[in-house]
Amino acid sequence: MPKTRVGVFVCHCGNNIGGVVRVPDVVEYARTLPNVTYAEDNLYTCSEEGLSSIKDQIAKEGLNRIVVASCTPRTHEPLFKKACEEAGLNKYLFEFVNIREHCSWVHMHDPAMATQKAKELVRMGVAKAVHLEPQEEFESDVFPAALVIGGGVAGMSAALALANQGIQVHLVEREQELGGLIRGVQTLFPTEQDTDELLRPLAERVKAHPQISVFLGSEVESVSGFIGDFDVSVRTDGEVEGLRVGTIVVATGAEELKPVGLYRYGELPNVVTQLEFEEQFKSGGDVPRSVAIINCVGARIPQRTYCGRFCCATAIKNAIWMMERDPEARVYVLHRDVMAYGVEIEEFYQRAMELGVRFLRYDVESPPEVLGEDRAKAVKVQHQLMGKEVTLPVDMVVLTTPLVARDDNGKLSKMLKVPLGSEGFFLEAHLKLRPIEFSTDGVYVCGAARYPSNIPESVSQAYAAAAKASIPIREGLVRVEAITAVCDERTCSACGNCVEACPFGAVELQQGRFGRTAYVNTALCKGCGCCVAACPSGAMQQRGFSDRQVLSMIGALAEVMTGGVE
Amino acid sequence: MVSSSDSLGNGFEPKILVFACNWCSYAGADLAGVSRLQMPPNCRVVRVMCSARVRPEFVITALSKGLDGVLVLGCHPGDCHYSEGNYFTRRRGLLLRKLLEYVGIEPERFQVRWVSASEGAKFAETVERVTEQIRALGPNRPRSEVLPTEPGDK
Repeated sequence: MPKTRVGVFVCHCGNNIGGVVRVPDVVEYARTLPNVTYAEDNLYTCSEEGLSSIKDQIAKEGLNRIVVASCTPRTHEPLFKKACEEAGLNKYLFEFVNIREHCSWVHMHDPAMATQKAKELVRMGVAKAVHLEPQEEFESDVFPAALVIGGGVAGMSAALALANQGIQVHLVEREQELGGLIRGVQTLFPTEQDTDELLRPLAERVKAHPQISVFLGSEVESVSGFIGDFDVSVRTDGEVEGLRVGTIVVATGAEELKPVGLYRYGELPNVVTQLEFEEQFKSGGDVPRSVAIINCVGARIPQRTYCGRFCCATAIKNAIWMMERDPEARVYVLHRDVMAYGVEIEEFYQRAMELGVRFLRYDVESPPEVLGEDRAKAVKVQHQLMGKEVTLPVDMVVLTTPLVARDDNGKLSKMLKVPLGSEGFFLEAHLKLRPIEFSTDGVYVCGAARYPSNIPESVSQAYAAAAKASIPIREGLVRVEAITAVCDERTCSACGNCVEACPFGAVELQQGRFGRTAYVNTALCKGCGCCVAACPSGAMQQRGFSDRQVLSMIGALAEVMTGGVE
Repeated sequence: MVSSSDSLGNGFEPKILVFACNWCSYAGADLAGVSRLQMPPNCRVVRVMCSARVRPEFVITALSKGLDGVLVLGCHPGDCHYSEGNYFTRRRGLLLRKLLEYVGIEPERFQVRWVSASEGAKFAETVERVTEQIRALGPNRPRSEVLPTEPGDK
């Protein structure tokens, strides 16, 4: 029996791969590759059937390297590695080849070239797999405390959910008061409950909880470390306090867009945003009799393509609020579409219409116009249904704007090493499969920091983030992926390039068996490989990404061109 | 030596090796896929944890073995998951282009670009543009006579 026995499993992913790439051809091709002793195709390799097959063939064929050609390693890699482990194969003897995101989905109109590319990618994967080595994972302790950044509804809910499990929580809020953005909101849709009725008890429970320490008027200044052991500096009035936590929840929320330059906002005093409207009447005051609400201000436009998700509901809520105070009031909602999603909000929308709120659809190409010299006196709009222009006399214009990402998200994202999306909101690890996690372990996100979300959504996300953030703390230890650097003391010349290159201070020169050589502290190494590329002698290597492994992939690809192989 | 051409014999199609960092660019490439952004089938992506893992030797080996181009993709400067890895990439890249020029390889065959996790469209555009540029350069010739082709066994 040959020493290295590679098994290749090529996934159809239903029609996702198989509809473009000729999977049976790829399997045939895999069988011709050096060291491949077994290959098969699966309708779904990630299904119970596919996973069983991997395990069965490890036993039956004596496979000692597994290559799965399917989707992205960023989602299913742990699943396949687990299958290997269950069959008694070290999970680091597994290699993933992406022929879906990087092949079938992006070459849908070129099945021949997509098939050729899939073959080459499999060839490269097999070439690397041959050089894989079993690895042991490093374990480290998890400090039993969590940091929640942001004291709005999401942050407070997450903090309570964590603290109620007995976990020590540090809650950092930049304002002097807990509550976040909705402090200025008077009522909440669709229950029309007074905001304070929700906020006050929540804030009191947070402040009274023995497991929660609240930092008000405070900001996170720096974060270092990794899952299980983050060092955090929090600044309060010039004083800096150091905290040690195992996991971090980001709940920093978002801001209402101030639509300067649109509909004469900032120029006329009675043109305000929804939040300003609510703040104005939260403290009392006469409600105007005739109001035009303009929706989708600064949203669903080329510069800001997203829908604010709940702004329609906010507009409906405030329209109802006005009609209920004064049944004679004239309230117009000028909209592009009404996004009244879900059962409750649709009913809420119906009620607004029954109360006499008038909904007028406008076209984004001919938006409404605010008329008046020093105050808004009327709104002129092309009524899409009637097909004619109407002029509505108004006492006030309320602009419905979406939530936008906070400017300082960038600063926090750099500190935490987590990404932002194109609109500046925090970007989760996977839209569907990991919606409240970051790809960085130990850091989670909830609420409007990720995307505009209403109260029920923020609370659900907060519970989800808290549950995720509690897992490493409950387990007490984390395993660090064995992709760390390792130095071959025999060939190290102690030049120290690696020491300089390491961003984490994980490499040191030490006196050892072969004299003075580089030494990697695995607990500090994050597996970037900076030091490996900086090593002139090749003594420094990265587990799972060694020179030999990468060069064999390059060689495999080059052979396709020059070696006369297919 | 077999000159590079696609397997279907439709004229010159460059073969391009792409290194993409795990945190930004590989995720950006995935997003391009999820978004079904169609692109030329010339690139082969190798995942590395950080663009700074790309040892210059990888680029030189790839080009000396006759691959037509090498594209290294990393996080935008300042956004590196490892704080400063992509600064190494940038500095090494500049130096490496000079070296390539010196040994007679068109420096355009080696490119460094920044693609974030949310930039699926930028990934697709980059693949499109770089493929176009390298196609315009024509086939690279293997240079075993100039540079060693065997990876050092480390």
